[in-house]
Amino acid sequence: MELLNLTIRQIHKKLLDKEISAVELTKVFLSQIDKIDKNINAFLNVFNDSAISQAKEIDKKISEKQEISILAGIPMALKDNILIKGEKCTAGSKILENYIAPYDATCVKKLKKAGAVFLGKTNLDEFAMGSSTENSAFKITHNPQDLSCVPGGSSGGSAAAVKANECVFALGSDTGGSIRQPASLCGVVGLKPTYGAVSRYGLIAFASSLDQIGPLTKNIEDAEIVFDFIKGKDEKDSTSVKLDSKKSNINLKNIKIGLPKEYFQEGINPEVEKTIKDFIKKIQEQGLNVEEISLPHTKHAIPCYFLISSCEASANLSRYDGIKYGKSNMKEKELNILDTYLKTRGQGFGDEVKRRIMLGTYALSSGYYDAYYLRAQKVRTLIKQDFENAFKKVDMILTPTSPFTAFKIGEKIEDALSMYLVDAFTVSTSLAGLPAISMPCGEVENLSVGLQIIGKNFKESEIFKMCTFFEKIITNN
Amino acid sequence: MISEKEVQHIAKLARLYLKQKEIQKMGKELSLILDYFNLLKDVNVNNVEANSGSIDIQKNLSIKEVTREDSTIKGDSTKEIMKLIPEKENGFVKVKSIFGK
Repeated sequence: MELLNLTIRQIHKKLLDKEISAVELTKVFLSQIDKIDKNINAFLNVFNDSAISQAKEIDKKISEKQEISILAGIPMALKDNILIKGEKCTAGSKILENYIAPYDATCVKKLKKAGAVFLGKTNLDEFAMGSSTENSAFKITHNPQDLSCVPGGSSGGSAAAVKANECVFALGSDTGGSIRQPASLCGVVGLKPTYGAVSRYGLIAFASSLDQIGPLTKNIEDAEIVFDFIKGKDEKDSTSVKLDSKKSNINLKNIKIGLPKEYFQEGINPEVEKTIKDFIKKIQEQGLNVEEISLPHTKHAIPCYFLISSCEASANLSRYDGIKYGKSNMKEKELNILDTYLKTRGQGFGDEVKRRIMLGTYALSSGYYDAYYLRAQKVRTLIKQDFENAFKKVDMILTPTSPFTAFKIGEKIEDALSMYLVDAFTVSTSLAGLPAISMPCGEVENLSVGLQIIGKNFKESEIFKMCTFFEKIITNN
Repeated sequence: MISEKEVQHIAKLARLYLKQKEIQKMGKELSLILDYFNLLKDVNVNNVEANSGSIDIQKNLSIKEVTREDSTIKGDSTKEIMKLIPEKENGFVKVKSIFGK
């Protein structure tokens, strides 16, 4: 059905022209979910009834000629670590299996106000810790391009749902690549905004100095539209920042693009490298300035990221104690307070979450703090300085998003360290707080290759402008 | 190499119950991961300041910009939050007794 492929702007026009109603549109997407999600497993929860009633309200507004936003009536999905009041929010964990969100996340509030239609909640690695969505306590999501492959992670459900046309767009969260890497592996667009661009209020915390919410979409224009709705200062997140709403007026021909040589060395699949390099040739033919740069601390980014994020996670996840909410062993009379904590957490958390809590607790424990956590924070400064130095020479940086295309389900899950290395090209930007987008730029054996474009802080609009140009080059080939 | 005894100590600090099989596996995995993380020991961090994450614009915000006025506002989710508490009495959260008998 061609309705499933439309962009946000195209749907908006059809709604205004009364070519289709919001209810009809919502039903088309719900029936798509009903038909194919048993093969994809992108969703943990589908809101069949409330989605229709949300759509009805939009139709009423249209018939009364009230003004509606461009997102009104657009069917979308949310990663299941973002809160919608009155709905379950599990974070992919047994410890929150029966948790009902008591309030709306700020981004949800904004989308509700805009009239977006919430189709359901999507699968993720437990507490967003993972790169394949195999760490979900509930189900394994399959890559719509090849069902035997992972969709990437941790926002794998969101990326798969967008790719399989089960929604127009989805929101995910990115701590070290969790939007960009699944976008790359599924062949969709995914933006990690600058740290502070989007409020984190109502996002279940993993690593608070890194977490950001962002859109997964089918094209660049949709990503920009959604980002413009969810961004901005929120008094409930003190790290959120008021953004300039001016669109970029840069002249693309004057933009300098840097290619960090460290991203084209060992570890990258040669076919992926070739796809990216072919694309770079094309943009050079279009007159763009491309030059090699160096980000010397790239190889230190993985240990730096996993130490810092695990330390923060070990503190953030201490709130799951069986006393306040979530899974609880309080009712077992014979347990004392310590046993209640131990048992609730031992039974409630999965293997990867336990591993990260242990790693973080170890790195913060007496005698190891300086050698691990403090050293990682210092290396974080050096990684940030690498980018500051690079941005003195160039305006944007271009890299592959992932060293390889989608891998097989089961291929890496037994080897924690090899799964960590999957994030090699995305963690540096997270540590530096920079905005970065992944967009599809080709295929290797029918699996997408993602291109990562990194910009300066809060220069999302420059990234969008450049990517719109890239999108034209890619679709014309 | 992280010993089983160390794993048990860390698990206690982290308030995590681990089965015997999990303890053995965790020790091996953490050792492998931390070995790889020793890469960071090659980096010269003399005179480098630690970075806790915030980007410059956030560091430069004044207290006034990140705090609100100290006035009461009505909470709108008390009822929903109370519903989530596993054991409660008269609007209080019940915990296990903390002092031994």
